[in-house]
Amino acid sequence: MTTTTLAVLVPLLPFLGAVAGLLLGRSVPGLARPLAVLPTLTSLVLAALVAVRQGGDTAVDAATQLTPTGSVPIDLALHIDGFAALVAVLVGVVATCVQIYSTGYLHDDPRYPSYAALVSLFTSAMLLVVYSGDLMVLLVGWEVMGICSYFLVGHYWETPEARAASLKAFLVTKLGDVPFLIGLFALAADAGSFRITTVLATVADGGLDHPTLVALLLLAGVAGKSAQFPLHTWLPDAMAGPTPVSALIHAATMVAAGVYFVARILPVIAASQAALVVLAVMAAVTMAGSALAALAQDDIKRVLAYSTVGQLGYMTGALAVGDRGAAVFHLLSHGAFKALLFLAAGVVIHAAGTNSLAAMSRMRNLRDRVPDAYWTMTVALLALAAIPPFSGFFSKEAVLGAAEHAATGHAGPVPGAAGWIVLVAALATALLTAAYATRLWLRAFHGTGAEAPDHGRQPVTMTAVLWVLAVPSLAFGVTVGTLPDWFDGHDLAPKLTTSVLGTGLALAGALVTYGAWRHTTALAARAPIGAVAAHPRADAGQVEAAAIATHAPAYGDVASAPDPADPGRLLLGPLHRHAAVGFHLDAVYAALFVRPVRAGARLVRFLDREVVDTYVRGAGTAPRLLGAAVRRAQTGNVQTYLSALLAGTVVLAVAAVLVATAGA
Amino acid sequence: MHLAYPAVLAVLLFCVGLYGVLARRNAILVLMSVELMLNAVNLNLVAFDVWLRDRLHSGQALTLFTIAIAAAEIGIGLAIVLAVYRNRGTSAVDDLRDTAERPDGGDGDDGTEGAALDEPAPDEPAPNQASPKPQSSPTSQKAEATA
Amino acid sequence: MNLAAQHHGFLSPTGVEIAFLLVGLVTLGAAVVTVTTKQLVHAALWLVVALGGLAVEYLLLSAEFIAWVQVLIYVGSVVVLLLFGLMLTRAPIGRSPDADSGNRWVALGVALAAAAALVWVVVDAFRTQWIDLDGPAQGSTDVTGAILFRHWVLPFEALSVLLLAALVGAIVLSRKSDRESGRTEQESGKSDRESGKTDRKSGDRTRANHGTQAPQQARKEGTR
Repeated sequence: MTTTTLAVLVPLLPFLGAVAGLLLGRSVPGLARPLAVLPTLTSLVLAALVAVRQGGDTAVDAATQLTPTGSVPIDLALHIDGFAALVAVLVGVVATCVQIYSTGYLHDDPRYPSYAALVSLFTSAMLLVVYSGDLMVLLVGWEVMGICSYFLVGHYWETPEARAASLKAFLVTKLGDVPFLIGLFALAADAGSFRITTVLATVADGGLDHPTLVALLLLAGVAGKSAQFPLHTWLPDAMAGPTPVSALIHAATMVAAGVYFVARILPVIAASQAALVVLAVMAAVTMAGSALAALAQDDIKRVLAYSTVGQLGYMTGALAVGDRGAAVFHLLSHGAFKALLFLAAGVVIHAAGTNSLAAMSRMRNLRDRVPDAYWTMTVALLALAAIPPFSGFFSKEAVLGAAEHAATGHAGPVPGAAGWIVLVAALATALLTAAYATRLWLRAFHGTGAEAPDHGRQPVTMTAVLWVLAVPSLAFGVTVGTLPDWFDGHDLAPKLTTSVLGTGLALAGALVTYGAWRHTTALAARAPIGAVAAHPRADAGQVEAAAIATHAPAYGDVASAPDPADPGRLLLGPLHRHAAVGFHLDAVYAALFVRPVRAGARLVRFLDREVVDTYVRGAGTAPRLLGAAVRRAQTGNVQTYLSALLAGTVVLAVAAVLVATAGA
Repeated sequence: MHLAYPAVLAVLLFCVGLYGVLARRNAILVLMSVELMLNAVNLNLVAFDVWLRDRLHSGQALTLFTIAIAAAEIGIGLAIVLAVYRNRGTSAVDDLRDTAERPDGGDGDDGTEGAALDEPAPDEPAPNQASPKPQSSPTSQKAEATA
Repeated sequence: MNLAAQHHGFLSPTGVEIAFLLVGLVTLGAAVVTVTTKQLVHAALWLVVALGGLAVEYLLLSAEFIAWVQVLIYVGSVVVLLLFGLMLTRAPIGRSPDADSGNRWVALGVALAAAAALVWVVVDAFRTQWIDLDGPAQGSTDVTGAILFRHWVLPFEALSVLLLAALVGAIVLSRKSDRESGRTEQESGKSDRESGKTDRKSGDRTRANHGTQAPQQARKEGTR
């Protein structure tokens, strides 16, 4: 089989699996699990095969046109370069792990078949985005992911949080997709084609008429999809979905699509200096703000969600300084360790029966209950905090190195300001990242108080994938020497200055947090908190749904808990209150958009009910009254009818005579 | 003789007949009133024929025709009245109100309607349809349809 | 003729006019009584007077044949037919208070309006016209026979077809159907049960008739 055929099969197999799962899953329950896991696994193997064959050499390009589509042709095109090949492998790995994990996590869920089919469809859409060489085809996958995320985030639709979160995720990403679509049209109109290769060639020739406009429009869509400021607010709320979905969305698919898309068409963005600065500012605000917010969250998954937002900020920062190699490198390593973090968090939530860090910090020996999760999560948190020699260190150093490179003016067209913005924000975020990673680790696994509840051993499907994902989290850094061959050829190896600075800041953040934790942990005993509400023997999905549903009633808020023992509260000081609610961005949105729209809706409702309907009702009532009056004439008495007829005849005759005599 | 005399007499007779048609209850009296109206027309025809000295005497010929048609009309009319009377037990014109529009959308519920309902129901066995009801009468069919 | 009309004012009526007026008043009066009387049979008899009066008017207008036809057909047959009809529908003998329907005032209004309009138009149009009754008779049997069978033969024959159709129609409408009448005859000689049913049916019918007539009879008795 040619590489092209293999590449076509990669997105196609999960799609077919999804269709089969939707059709057969309910009638033949035994088929649901194989149909979920096997296509994804095969697809992973094929993606790996494609990557090996492509080998970072010349990009594989293939296109076929189904039908003429007017002035700008739309092709079914593949464009597989080193980026696409490696990202597809990452998507395959994470999706396979998530599917295997889900078989255990949602073991007793009656909606598992449709859930698994949607995850497959999600995977297929992401692989389509990765391999597509045509912007329109890419958009198809892009939007399919949007609708899948809506369904998957709303999987626990019995809880109001999940319903609200799924709607929010859908609407916010669509808010970005509208300018994205316009941007795509503008880009294609300038380039005369939707093919990425043609577009990039046009950009290289300087054929783009409005580079800044196009770039900013596209960045709006990317901000929505990749959860960048100011459209990031859907991501923390999307934690109301099942943990495997969170892992899938955050590690490899949805949010990665935005970064990957910018990496693909980076020359378009780079054609506009203004767009690069905007991107840099966006990245800086996103990473610093989200890291602060992560430090204040109580829900373990919301901490990870904000950390995802921050790490995506690193990637967009790398793109802002024009180094897509560093961005995709960080995308790959982050995909591995973030998937691991989420899946391990799912195990922890199941074991603890709660998703609240405050409650976990009152449990002794939670780490002994879930040793696999404990150790793999430790590895992943070290990678997240960028401690050498874990994978996160290398990828983050690549980003820092690229930023420093741009700041010192060695990155060609990239403005130095963008480099400085990214560099400073990235260093600050490195400190904060280490701080919240340490806080998460200490509060989750080093609690004091009552013995953690014993729910027995976790299913092997859930723990085995943790170790599978722990390997790249631990050792992906060794590829730093060979990766440039796959990418643009920029050197990705850590540089001494940034390494020392970044690692030092990370260590400092970890130590400060440890100190604060030591200081506050004594308070934990004095302020008992936490309600383990979940059923001890239920499967993990049910435990999580119960935990999400009870968090707000128990602690007053879905994001934070009034816990004086929280080291984040001590570190952030007065900032904690604002960070816990995401710096009031939701309130700002509510004031800016929700309330005017609601007021407008009320006005329209009033106009419709009271004004328009009055006419409608009147239009119905008047003929009815008229009809009632006319009915009275229908007495059935022939003589009455005849009287009226003859009276009318007399009147007509007199009128005719009068007219005739008057005319004469 | 003035033409106005027969013409005015014809008009007055016609209007008296008109009043009778509109005001009488009994169908046979209505038929009598119709005869009066026809005769008023006949008087007009004769008078104008005489006045115009028509060579073909169209007026008188048409009068003869009208008389013949009136005889036919009275025969048919009486037959219909008898048929109605046999079915409804009445020959009062204003009791026959099957086409009335009821506020509840139902059918007429006059006393005559009750009489019509006393006729054999359509679903009864065939030998019981022994009452002297002319099958071909349109009014009886309508009564069954609306019952 | 206009010249003639100028010579004949309304204030100096001729003998024929006086006779015509008197007979016309009688006719009109009989017609009014016909449509207003409470006694149904009397109405038929007053109709005889009105139709006979009209026959006299035809004679005065020198339409001799029409007059005799009027007497023969109307007075002789139509009124008799109407009387038979009254008998067959069991019309009450004597005064029936509900001979007029509730529509009477409307009917009166319509009739008066029509009369006013028509009299106005007719008088306005023909008040100066004069009928010359002198000379040969307009409607002697001789003349009428001649024109009828010379000029009006085809319509005359068509009329006979119409009369035949009316005859057949009247028979069809008024007779019982073969099936029903045959069954009635058969049932009359059958078992008690079936005859009992027949009795019930006829009883129903008479009860229905009775229902409409009972109030009239009650009132009749009250008036006696």
